[in-house]
Amino acid sequence: MAEANYPDDLIYHAEHDWARVDGEQATFGITWYAQDSLGEVVFFDPPEVGSTIAKDASYAEVESVKAVSDVIAPLSGEVVEVNEALGDAPEKINEDPYGEGWLVKVKLSDGGEADDLLSAADYRNLLDA
Amino acid sequence: MSTEATLRRTPLYEQHAELGAKLVPFAGWEMPVTYEGIREEHAAVRTHAGMFDVSHMGEVEVEGPGALAFLQLALSNDVAKLAEVGGAQYSCLCDESGGVLDDLFTYRLGGDRYLIVTNSANHDADLAWLGRWSREFDVTVRDVADRYAMLAVQGPHARAIASATLGIELPPRMRAVPVRVGNRPALACGTGYTGEDGVELLIDPEIAPAIWAELLDAGVVPCGLGARDTLRLEVCFHLHGNDLSPERNPIEAGLGWCCAEGTGFLGSAAVAKARAEGPGEKLAPFKIEGQGIPRQGNPVLAGGEEAGIVTSGTFSPSLEIGIGMAYVRPELAEPGTEIEIDVRGKRRAARIASKPLYEKER
Repeated sequence: MAEANYPDDLIYHAEHDWARVDGEQATFGITWYAQDSLGEVVFFDPPEVGSTIAKDASYAEVESVKAVSDVIAPLSGEVVEVNEALGDAPEKINEDPYGEGWLVKVKLSDGGEADDLLSAADYRNLLDA
Repeated sequence: MSTEATLRRTPLYEQHAELGAKLVPFAGWEMPVTYEGIREEHAAVRTHAGMFDVSHMGEVEVEGPGALAFLQLALSNDVAKLAEVGGAQYSCLCDESGGVLDDLFTYRLGGDRYLIVTNSANHDADLAWLGRWSREFDVTVRDVADRYAMLAVQGPHARAIASATLGIELPPRMRAVPVRVGNRPALACGTGYTGEDGVELLIDPEIAPAIWAELLDAGVVPCGLGARDTLRLEVCFHLHGNDLSPERNPIEAGLGWCCAEGTGFLGSAAVAKARAEGPGEKLAPFKIEGQGIPRQGNPVLAGGEEAGIVTSGTFSPSLEIGIGMAYVRPELAEPGTEIEIDVRGKRRAARIASKPLYEKER
């Protein structure tokens, strides 16, 4: 998508990641800002299903033609699904960062961590600062 | 940030900003890395015509009765082969031990007048080096970087579009001719850094914005340094600072073809020795076999042991795989050799390939 967009139903990590929490499970991805800064994504190196990821730590890599970037986990938990479609179509991360460009689904280990994350309004303020 | 104030801007900075380019610091300059996307720009050069603002590159003029003798000392190639005015030649600038200080093109402008195009990161050091060694010669070494803007127009249709748009006759490959562009004197060179046909135009900075706009209107696609890097790496052109450095000699780098030790150039003894004895390592192009994108500094492994280092690596937009060049032990440099690249802790299968990594289907 060409224009900056930060949906209100997501929560955000300051390292430019989003989470969509649904009960004990959440979907993670990178924000519009992150994919725009990186440029055309050509490779997503996912974590393994079943691996444990920790809030604020890197759990995957996304690469553009020019650069590689760590992806930071907004919340802690166990990876239950990775977006296999990105193997053939990593550009989905650019085209639809909150939809088809999702990265992983995670079974959360500490629901309380979500309180540390930013609302869409707060994240927009962070970008404007 | 205070450092931004010190970044230099080319005469086309406003045009880049207007086009929404992503601007990044590069060798002290604020340069466009991409406009609409590296892959799109890369494809434009491979299939149509793209243009790069390379005004950050430096120019040095060498003039005087001693110019040829001086350049034979300073440059690795046999400058006497630039017998005719209008000749162009690629060379290394070596130190006394054969280390590569820079790689550059030299154009013969007149009887004893030559123009050398330097890499921007090395321009000041090159100038000091040339100045120092010129003292024994009846020659003047002049920094003329501010006199030129430089546009590289590259691609299968680049020559035709540039010629028609600017109303000039362009030189054949590896030749340079004086022309008038925007009613000012300019130099048109049949050279480039993309593996495609095209021209490099050295023009008056004042008219650069108007010329850029004319070429843009003619359908030439603006391209940034991102595509410049993927294009050059697909055809295995060296980048100084990555694949060339004062710690490497031209033989290791596969640039023996532009070294004429018989001229006695600075470093020629070391280069002759490396040629005779064989280099300790060789620069070799490779392709990743499956997933992964190699990057500069990644270790090369052979049989599980460290066997070299990647000096350039990227995703190839044409081949849609990871590609690169690495210094490896000579016995590993043969095309077909299986190696692994340690990409941030993950071993990626790769194979040494022959040059160029990308070749147009014929």
